[in-house]
Amino acid sequence: MDATITLRVDGEERRLTVDTRTTLLDALRDRLEATSPKKGCDHGQCGACTVLLDGRRILSCLALAVAHDGADVTTAAGLGSGDGAPGGELHPVARAFVDHDGFQCGYCTPGQVCSAVGMLREAEAGWPSHATADLDAPVSLDDEEIRERMSGNLCRCGAYTNIVAAIREAAR
Amino acid sequence: MRPFDYTRPDGPADAVALVADDPGAAYLAGGTNLVDHMKLGVASPTRLVDVRGLLGNRVEELPGGGLRIGASVPNSDLAAHPAVRRRYPVLSAALLAGASGQLRNAATTGGNLFQRTRCPYFQDTTTPCNKREPGTGCSALEGHGRDNAVLGASDHCVATHPSDMAVALAALGAEARVLGPGGERVVPIPGLHRLPGSEPERDTVLGHGDLITAVDLPHLPVAARSAYRKVRDRASYAFALVSVAAALDVVDGTVADVRIAFGGLAHVPWRAHRAEEALIGGPATEEAFREAARAELADARTGRDNAFKVPMAVNTLASTLRGLTAEEAR
Repeated sequence: MDATITLRVDGEERRLTVDTRTTLLDALRDRLEATSPKKGCDHGQCGACTVLLDGRRILSCLALAVAHDGADVTTAAGLGSGDGAPGGELHPVARAFVDHDGFQCGYCTPGQVCSAVGMLREAEAGWPSHATADLDAPVSLDDEEIRERMSGNLCRCGAYTNIVAAIREAAR
Repeated sequence: MRPFDYTRPDGPADAVALVADDPGAAYLAGGTNLVDHMKLGVASPTRLVDVRGLLGNRVEELPGGGLRIGASVPNSDLAAHPAVRRRYPVLSAALLAGASGQLRNAATTGGNLFQRTRCPYFQDTTTPCNKREPGTGCSALEGHGRDNAVLGASDHCVATHPSDMAVALAALGAEARVLGPGGERVVPIPGLHRLPGSEPERDTVLGHGDLITAVDLPHLPVAARSAYRKVRDRASYAFALVSVAAALDVVDGTVADVRIAFGGLAHVPWRAHRAEEALIGGPATEEAFREAARAELADARTGRDNAFKVPMAVNTLASTLRGLTAEEAR
């Protein structure tokens, strides 16, 4: 069963016909050549496929493309300026990952960066987390808060210490 | 994945008519559990009826002092809502203890209630499972049993309900507003989910085509002092071994009002009426908390791998109530 949908991907309007079974992740990677979101577990457990959907971080492997007709999708490649082309500016969160060596193999990194960008917006909006002692108090992003809020992104290389350092700096 | 038709109807009544008339149809909301099950072959609907854009996505004040939560309100928005944080902190805390930031952004209030068990055999189509394929047997009875239920299980199924949110809603005595082929009705929580008995394939009392359109929280002053405590194998992003949702009002050292529900122990979010009755009117002491928890767990049946859940539930309830008593004293 096919359906024709429109997605705005990293600022560019894309129209495509998909089998209804296509996940947003597969539509991005296999149909639209947007390969920065990665397929890790494909079951919502690792966070490698994280993108910003209408500004909020979600797992693209558990989203059906057909259910998000008209949505605005930002991948890690679309976060900076210059569409990721040489000479473009990295997003400050991506820059911090580079500066702090917040990766080894890099496979989880686009998901980590998108997740961190979404997470910083959530903290900015005053959303509490499981690590927040007082649900009514303003959010202060200490390391415990960063770790809890990023717990949906796994890094098999174990670069967590530097990931936390990168996000800590980006949060300033 | 089996091919399916995708439909986005004009309104909730159209959605109900579509699903009620088609045994192969299923509702789609956030999709965080259903899409995974479709990939695994645990679910294979031939039609998805997308209701995410049709149902309320706001939290509204009810005339009597309660709140109405639209079924499409994402878990993250509900957890962060100021009125929920202030008046029903147990609900915020339960939501924040579940899943990850990405999943909470997609998962909805209605969908969360229909999460299915994370029993490993239910999710593995190569093994027998009465919940997935009625009559094939229960692999968890003799298999990996660490997650198994200790209250209200049957010989047919020992699965536990995975939702943290539902445990808080059970403690609060929330109500689900249900639109079905026969019209609208109210189903109380607890009461929405059912024990497995001989039909473990049925998680809830709802029928095919029934759609939760909203969840109502009652006016409940005791909920302002409430908490959720979750014990799990990892510090974050894991399902509960045992969890407790509790609200407590202590006056002059005596329990004036208390609400308790357990997660991780049963096929349903387990409202602990027996423990509540044991506590009300008595002293708010550690020994009373433990005695009440032991009373609630008196009928627990444990297996080879899950006996730890009984003392863990007693300790978790005692520590949660102790924390709320200390909060009260501040």
